Amino acid sequence: MTATPAQAPPAGRRDRRRIWGTAGFHLGAGLLSALWLLPIALVLVTSTRSFDDVAAHGVGSLPHSFTLDGFRQAWVYGGQQRALINSLLVTVPTVLLSLLLASMAAFALSRYALPLRRTLLLLMLGGNLLPAQILLVPVSRLSEMLGVYDTLYALIGVQVGFGVGFYVFVLYGFMRSIPPEIQQAAVIDGAGPWQIYSRVIMPLARPAMAALSALSFTWIFNDLLWAITVLRTDSRMPITASLIGLQGQYVSMWNVIAAGSVIAALPTVLVFLKFQRHFVAGLNLGAVK
Amino acid sequence: MAVVTAPREQTRKRAAGRTPARGRATRVPPLVLAFVLVPLLIEAFWVFWPAIQGFYLAFTQWDGVSAPKFIGLANFREMLGDEIFRTAALDTVVWLVLFGGLSVVLGLGAALLLQQERRGVGFYRAALFLPVVFSLVATALVWQAMYQPDGLINKTLEGVGLGGLTHSWLADQDTALYAVIVPALWRQIGYVMVLYLAGLKGIDPVLYEAAKVDGATRRQQFRHITLPQLSSVNAVVLSVVVIDSLRSFDVVWSLTRGGPYHSSELLSTYMYSTAFQSLRLGYGSALAVVIFVLAFGVIVSYLLRAFREADS
Repeated sequence: MTATPAQAPPAGRRDRRRIWGTAGFHLGAGLLSALWLLPIALVLVTSTRSFDDVAAHGVGSLPHSFTLDGFRQAWVYGGQQRALINSLLVTVPTVLLSLLLASMAAFALSRYALPLRRTLLLLMLGGNLLPAQILLVPVSRLSEMLGVYDTLYALIGVQVGFGVGFYVFVLYGFMRSIPPEIQQAAVIDGAGPWQIYSRVIMPLARPAMAALSALSFTWIFNDLLWAITVLRTDSRMPITASLIGLQGQYVSMWNVIAAGSVIAALPTVLVFLKFQRHFVAGLNLGAVK
Repeated sequence: MAVVTAPREQTRKRAAGRTPARGRATRVPPLVLAFVLVPLLIEAFWVFWPAIQGFYLAFTQWDGVSAPKFIGLANFREMLGDEIFRTAALDTVVWLVLFGGLSVVLGLGAALLLQQERRGVGFYRAALFLPVVFSLVATALVWQAMYQPDGLINKTLEGVGLGGLTHSWLADQDTALYAVIVPALWRQIGYVMVLYLAGLKGIDPVLYEAAKVDGATRRQQFRHITLPQLSSVNAVVLSVVVIDSLRSFDVVWSLTRGGPYHSSELLSTYMYSTAFQSLRLGYGSALAVVIFVLAFGVIVSYLLRAFREADS
């Protein structure tokens, strides 16, 4: 204790060091962020250039034009409008359905002494960890047999089935931490399992549900593999697969392709900006410690 | 122990007036059973049952039209002589090491740089994290524009006098695989960073205080406090990264389809094109089994950790 004042550098030098440290931090972190944002800036700029400009000056040059023509091309003629609707038609019901099912299972497993409950929990999580490749051929056959091949129902079905295990696991961890006294009080008041689930546990699980909603929205919206496995018709494809179609249809028309990418990325970026806190929380909820 | 039992005793006393509380714990209401069984059956229908079929199909020859024919281990024997398989397996290993390794190292580096709460740090974190929300297809297209012969990367190289290094990055067999890894890394690093940021936040600052009092240097603090304290997060990150590497498909499919001449082929893309384009469904399933075997160790260790956590 007595030695510290003598060893510490004089106040002026310490301040200067701190200023240099701060400047160095902002320089390093700023450059890194700029490097990270550069491709995004490039695609935004390219999407507002005209085709003639891109053809004459190259994709990597500074813009010499400004037009929203690329967006119109991608949206109207490139099928992006239809594809975006398809994506939302799949993503919204899938998120709602998987979280409803997962919260019910997590509720039952975490709040009741079910036999084999840990085995069931890990079985469900294990299904989600399987490499999707092992399922592709059988799932496409299965949807053909059911007569839902090439429909959005098949995509919703497989996405719910494949994702639910992970959501159950995350919600189980969350619901387990809710003190049992709260439930016991409700039982004494004569509440049945449905009331306990809907009136007691679900309101308390709202933070975890919000985090998982934000996370699962982007996962399902961004999926490509399941879509090209159970769908065939171009007009039924979600935005990811349609973007690959755009890439083939508008070869080297980079303004259109860039506009398509912006359209495809916008919904998830909006979800992220709106629910940033939940989003980051969700990623960490999923991490098994 | 005392803490756990005390409230239970209380409720038992309170509940005793109406119904015996003992039977309640073992008798599970039918609705609760349905709550578990419905999701479980849906998963069984779309995942477990197809998975069993997938393993069976690996031992068959099947064109998708006639019935699958059981051929034992012939698919796996064929792999031994299949040069595309060898390339794909090697590329998958390269992918695991480079994509996996670099995303862990750089993600940790970014987390260490941005761990302290200070002015502007939120913006930097958001910038690094933003690509995580893009689909891999959109990511791929963004980078495809960068990689064009007249794109930003070549223009920059020319601009700084390195014109000799310009390349058609995606069309060259020697660079295609690495050119595909970069966009995947760009997207993954922010994700790993977030996991490490949470881990770093969980380290008790008292440990650093104590080390400082003992005169430990920055490096010693990192070596003896930060790294050991992060071991559980490391395990998580490692499983996430390995599983993600083996699943990687979208970015390669959108950029190169595994080409040119299979130079950027991964097991996942080879599996897809074998099954759905060459319609060799049996051989494709066998390739999927190889991917499963590679992922198996990681899946089991992840589940074991999950089991311990569910236990505690």
